[in-house]
Amino acid sequence: MFTYYFDLGMRSLSRNMVITGLMILLIAVGVAGSITTYALLSAVSANPLPSKSGRLFIPQIDNRGPDSRVTNDGEPDPELTLRDAIALRANHEAIGQTAIYPVYLAAVPTDTTIEPVAAKGYAVTADFFRMFAVPFQYGGVWSKTEDDEGSNAVVIGTDLNQTLFRGANSVGRELPLEGHVYRIAGVLSPWNPTPRFYAAADVQSYDRSPQIFIPFQRALDSKIPTAGSTFCALNYQGKGWDDLVRSECSWISFWVELPDAKAEMRYRAFLSAYADEQRASGRFNWPGYTRLRDLDQWLKYMKVVPSEARISFIVALGLLLVCTVNTIGLLLARFMRRGPDIAVRRALGASRGAIYAQYLVEAGVIGLVGGLLGVLLTAWFIKGLDLVFEAKIARIVHSDASTMVLAIVLAILVAVIAAAYPVWRASRIQLAWQLKAG
Amino acid sequence: MSIPVRPILSALTRHKAGVFLIALQVALTLAIVANAIFVIGQRVIYISRPSGIDESNIVIVDNRWAGALMPEQARANTSADLAMLRQLPGVLDAYADYSFPAAGPWASVWGISLDANQKSPTSFSEPYFTDEHALATYGVRLLAGRNFRADEVMPGSQLEQAIVGPIIITQDLAKKLFPADTGLGKVVYVGGVSRTIIGVISDMEVPAVGTRSFAYRSVLSPVRLADAGGDQYIVRAIPGQAEHLRKTLATALYKVSRLRVIDSADGVQSFQALRNKAYSRDRGLVILLTTASIILLLATAGGIIGITVFWVDERRRQIGLRRALGAKRSDILAHILAENFFIIFMGVCVGSLLAFTVNLALMHYLEMTRLPTAYIALGSALLLTLGQCAALTPARRAARMSPMEATRAAIG
Repeated sequence: MFTYYFDLGMRSLSRNMVITGLMILLIAVGVAGSITTYALLSAVSANPLPSKSGRLFIPQIDNRGPDSRVTNDGEPDPELTLRDAIALRANHEAIGQTAIYPVYLAAVPTDTTIEPVAAKGYAVTADFFRMFAVPFQYGGVWSKTEDDEGSNAVVIGTDLNQTLFRGANSVGRELPLEGHVYRIAGVLSPWNPTPRFYAAADVQSYDRSPQIFIPFQRALDSKIPTAGSTFCALNYQGKGWDDLVRSECSWISFWVELPDAKAEMRYRAFLSAYADEQRASGRFNWPGYTRLRDLDQWLKYMKVVPSEARISFIVALGLLLVCTVNTIGLLLARFMRRGPDIAVRRALGASRGAIYAQYLVEAGVIGLVGGLLGVLLTAWFIKGLDLVFEAKIARIVHSDASTMVLAIVLAILVAVIAAAYPVWRASRIQLAWQLKAG
Repeated sequence: MSIPVRPILSALTRHKAGVFLIALQVALTLAIVANAIFVIGQRVIYISRPSGIDESNIVIVDNRWAGALMPEQARANTSADLAMLRQLPGVLDAYADYSFPAAGPWASVWGISLDANQKSPTSFSEPYFTDEHALATYGVRLLAGRNFRADEVMPGSQLEQAIVGPIIITQDLAKKLFPADTGLGKVVYVGGVSRTIIGVISDMEVPAVGTRSFAYRSVLSPVRLADAGGDQYIVRAIPGQAEHLRKTLATALYKVSRLRVIDSADGVQSFQALRNKAYSRDRGLVILLTTASIILLLATAGGIIGITVFWVDERRRQIGLRRALGAKRSDILAHILAENFFIIFMGVCVGSLLAFTVNLALMHYLEMTRLPTAYIALGSALLLTLGQCAALTPARRAARMSPMEATRAAIG
């Protein structure tokens, strides 16, 4: 019976071409808009590290007092001062911890035919790569002892390796950076999680992937300035690097990996004890005020999803709703006009159920065609995303088979839901009256 | 011509479902479109805000030294670069800074106080670190007082700025600090240090993208900036020369010294290109909301046409009867248009409430302000007009039916 109704549905598409076309177009536009913005929203709000999200934590310590919290929604700074980062590293509760700050370095190749290149990246500790599951193409990370020694090891990204060494295995080669010679310990495979959750300063960044990672201690020893921002008190008077590292300015992102809930509890206690200690020693004149957020809470707190992505999703849902209501109206008109047909079928013995089935299948056919058109429109919309969003954001949105299937399913669903009321009305027509009038 | 209200209303009660659906659709459309127009308006104002500088002739160079330089070396290199740039044919003037108006990479924020011991500052502002060439480079007007003298400008870097000496402020900041007069010669406090205002300039945007509440409160602080890492060179071209400079500046700078990085893709850009990029999200949202609003309005119009056509068709016999009993074509036209007006009006009433609800939700979840009633009025007018236009064709078709044809068609 289904195939027969499907065939009937296909045939009736050609009736009332204008209204049919309008319905198909409405469903296609509504579905394509929703699917495109949904793909965008899920691309920018995706958890970049789902396997570890319950284990990675960011400690925050209020080092500037209740007054500064007023402008900060009652929150401490998202980053730490250098002295707090160093103090927290002394704790061994965590099975991994890393301090991070952004750097912007220039590499001057020994091969003088290659122009100097700038490389953006981060000063990190060795744990960084394991904690964030960073993939290596060649070599690996420097050792923990090298962390403390401030070794000249460096990990570079695949693009920089391409520029400087034409993609060859460069492990062990020398790399002059900012007047010092570094030794390449590892080359990364392409790695660029979006949002760039791990560095508070760049969390909104959809930039090209970072290309250089140097040991944290080495960066401090070489006084390599931060390429991110420093949050200082408004009346901060410090000058230069030496003042900055001792100051109450916060500029270090700090992460710990805690294996289980017990470790988390112990770390929380450690963190508040540390803040209280600072009060006892006279550094803070307010009760210890700390935060320990896991990755999910952190992403929400940092508002990584651009508000434009949310607005467009809401607008697209509104559009889909209006298109659905519209389709209900048009289907109502379409089915009511077929009163005589229905009456004849009913008089010849068709049950109400049969009428339901036939017209729901017909609506489903309209939905299917709308969905197919919607798939084409979605692909086109996704291409056009870079007109609306920065190319950097648009680049991370892809259409794949699952979004296509989703588009078709959604279209059929919308059409069938929209048909529910019109079909019910159509099945309840007054038989005798319709037959006489017809 | 009088419009028979009662028959129209009683006819409407025969099509409760259709009336409800159109009204609902109109209400939803109004709720979305009114808010969309509001957001579009705000962003357009924001995008088209003047930067206050000679936008079309300014080119920005993002210069990075290769290898960390000692302060003296950075100073020597920077002044060699600037000397070359100022000599270059086609260049009016140039200076080095850490950022530039409206689209800069980042900005410091300063609290400006009238009293050294004030707890919260009188106004926030964002500084530029400028030498005596900055005013001529930006092409801002000096409204009162004077420019910096070369001997007042202290050498410094981002980490070691001389937070001392006189300052020049924008008119907007001067008005905020000293509503009564120009503020010239007055002393203000930045981080507890007293600074004398020696000049007031025409309004110029602060560096940080997205600064809204103090967008024109810039301070020029006399620092001859030379960072170990490198700075932004702001170069003003002779009108018509900007594009040529954009293409040739990197080569000219590499001739002075090779030990630098100027990104071949985006190391040298016109100010306008940088500004466009900085506001691309806002522009994107405007395009998106405009497109969505147009599609919504078209969809609504399509729905209205569809249903009106159906109703006209369904009532051919009644229309024929009315015409046979002496109703004029204009009566039929008026009937259908008035019917449409009532339905849309109902939708608009519900939609207005809905629009405010949507706005409240948006205020809660996204940073949005209260929707002014004018936008709802505008949206309502738009929808009522759209409804009349959409109903016009089917209504005219109904009016054109001859009484004979109408009655025959319905019976046959």
